[in-house]
Amino acid sequence: MKSFKGQTLAWEFRDASIELTLDHAPANEIGTAMLAELEKFVAAFPALQAETAVCIISSVRKPGFSAGADLRELYRGAAALSEKERASGVRVFLERIHAVLNAIDAAPFVTIAAVHGVCFGGGFELALACDMIIADKMARFAFPELRLGLIPGFGGIPRLKRDLGNAVVRDLLFTGRTMNAARAHAVGLLAQLAGEGEALRIARSTAAQIVKFDAAARMAAKQFIKLIPREELQREINLFCELFARPAVMAALKKFVEDTGPMPYLPK
Amino acid sequence: MRTLAETTQEVLSLAAKHFQLPAGSLAPEDDFFKKLGIDSLQTLEMLSRLENHFGIELPDYEVQGVSDFKTLAERIQSRL
Repeated sequence: MKSFKGQTLAWEFRDASIELTLDHAPANEIGTAMLAELEKFVAAFPALQAETAVCIISSVRKPGFSAGADLRELYRGAAALSEKERASGVRVFLERIHAVLNAIDAAPFVTIAAVHGVCFGGGFELALACDMIIADKMARFAFPELRLGLIPGFGGIPRLKRDLGNAVVRDLLFTGRTMNAARAHAVGLLAQLAGEGEALRIARSTAAQIVKFDAAARMAAKQFIKLIPREELQREINLFCELFARPAVMAALKKFVEDTGPMPYLPK
Repeated sequence: MRTLAETTQEVLSLAAKHFQLPAGSLAPEDDFFKKLGIDSLQTLEMLSRLENHFGIELPDYEVQGVSDFKTLAERIQSRL
């Protein structure tokens, strides 16, 4: 499928590139609807593989790339289940999103996340599955999960640890703070820092350069350097499910969902 | 090095420019949530602009609970 337009995202193939555009109001929260369409996207990889050199993932939503997992949907879904059923319910979702992110991580072409605005939690984890992150100078990155009594659940810790020093991971995890793009660039998270509103343009220019190289060498290089930390990812799912089963997490999710104040996305 | 008064003035000017308000329409004691009517995502956008302008990193937990420009400028000043 060379092009697709769904409820939460769209993709289009042109000039050896696929552009996947996230478009789910308000801020590309990743819930079951986006997950189902991401599954469609990765299922199209085998058909796209022969002609595709690069995939660019970006967002058309003004607040940013993605604010992360859809916590409202997560809370509503979990609240409808018994305590015992909650952990198994969330595990099913996590197994599915991990399968998608592992497929993007190992995609048979180079993947670039073109980021603007917020790139939090699950959105950050989606960007981390890509080969390169190009962000504009207004982008911010965060793992706010600990404020809910959780850890990132979409593979964020193992992938950030794979790419950066453990100290940066701990800083983001333990404070829940947002990190600006300049700092993200300085610590090596970003391949390139773009001017405001220029991330997608620069990602396209980068794609045009990547396309020039030999496809077999490109994929050999990717497979050599970018190993998926599968064991840690599985441990992360188990740990997330253990933590999720605790009543304190439901209370924190309820508080977030009911928060009508001006600052629900800021660490408390 | 900037004085606190200069930093405060720059914060006010940046906020007025970003939210397209007339210059001089914001005061140091103003509550920026009420005055600008902004939510958390817009607050983060403003924080990015301030960090980029001053060339600093200001962890957002340091501005948690801050709602007036004067205190915000003090937090920025402590990072200059």
